Amino acid sequence: MDASAIFLDAFLNRAVIDRYLPDILKGMVVTVEIALAVVATGIALGLALAALRSFRVRAVNAAIVLFVDVFRALPPLVVILIVYFGLPSVGITLSGFAVLWLVLSLVLAAFAEEIFWSGILSIRKGQWEAARSTGLTFVQTLVWVILPQAVRMTVPPLTNRTIAITKNSALGAVIGVPEILMQAQTAQSFSGNATPLLLGAIAYIVLFVPVVGLGRWLETRFAWGRS
Amino acid sequence: MDVFVSQFLNVEIITQAWPLLMRGLGMTALLCVAVIPLGLVGGLLVALVCLSRHRAVRWPAFVLVDFFRAVPPLVLLIFIYAGLPFAGIRPSPFVAVCVAFLLNTGAYYGEIYRAGIDSIGKGQWEAARSTGLTAGQTLTWVIIPQAVRNVLPDLVSNTVEVVKLTSIASVVALPELLYSADMARSLTYNPSPIVAAAAIYLALLWPCVRLLSRLEHRVGR
Repeated sequence: MDASAIFLDAFLNRAVIDRYLPDILKGMVVTVEIALAVVATGIALGLALAALRSFRVRAVNAAIVLFVDVFRALPPLVVILIVYFGLPSVGITLSGFAVLWLVLSLVLAAFAEEIFWSGILSIRKGQWEAARSTGLTFVQTLVWVILPQAVRMTVPPLTNRTIAITKNSALGAVIGVPEILMQAQTAQSFSGNATPLLLGAIAYIVLFVPVVGLGRWLETRFAWGRS
Repeated sequence: MDVFVSQFLNVEIITQAWPLLMRGLGMTALLCVAVIPLGLVGGLLVALVCLSRHRAVRWPAFVLVDFFRAVPPLVLLIFIYAGLPFAGIRPSPFVAVCVAFLLNTGAYYGEIYRAGIDSIGKGQWEAARSTGLTAGQTLTWVIIPQAVRNVLPDLVSNTVEVVKLTSIASVVALPELLYSADMARSLTYNPSPIVAAAAIYLALLWPCVRLLSRLEHRVGR
């Protein structure tokens, strides 16, 4: 066989594709489920924490900063392993899926809080003062005046960060979550062929390239006014 | 409480695992030293290619960058480590990790530099060129220094991400910090060594994260 035939046989083997493509597709469904769940809870929690932080209660803010710092500094895989292998020994057993969702949500919440808080800080004081002087309460000002302006500015950095964190769903393969990578690795070891790994990579490209493109578009659309 | 301490903060087990963890930390440091400088330089090259005037040069670069931003680094790593041997290429775990991380972080660093260079007004180019500097000199002495200063927080942030990323090398049995900790965990049936590894990561990266959040909030204002 010449080189290209060997390559096609090992990486784009027709029989292997026919046999294992359904598994990869099943993995794609799981990856999408995790990604959507993580984005929903992570961003909601991040926004809630950033809003809470603007009340400027010292003890609460210290706790929020501690949470954010810890989850920004720790590698997600380390946290996943601690939760997955640690919780059962204190009597709590969570499925791999639940652990992955929980940990990635917390990581995303930490990064999102920091981004939202940057956005809130960037709103001028005059906006607060003007809104309060019209008779709005503190909470009304936050919800109707500050957050809408702050959130708009955070769209591009938040999108890019969210993509980077949801891609970590591949770490689920380490704790047996049947997402794309896990399916691809299993199929690779059953078939003794690298085709499933390539299919897995293609599956990620199909899912994430449109989102990366969206991030690029948002970046130009909501361009930060840096000189 | 006792159960918690003996399961997560077991001093005896952590003491036993400590030499192993320190060796792992050495490997993590080696990975960082190999990947970060290459990523910083490679990313700059990527950014320059992406800013090329020629569409035929620029577009393939954008496609490659988006490709490597879309594929999770772990998938890339497994593909290189477990997939390439089928094509007769057998990288060692260390080489596989370096190549995978370089492709991934090169794309990210590239995007950051590109945003930085984009943020420099055209007038800077024109002014520098009109004083007689060549294009290369303008880039080196005028554009890049300003661009790097503008995106410094993002560069630091990505570097922190690279250090954290080294933990996935454990999946291909490269004995870095997390792998050593996980090995100690499976030998002792106790997750304390991983908690100790987490503490080491925290000790290394917390100062960087603090610095970052200062830098970021200053830029945001």
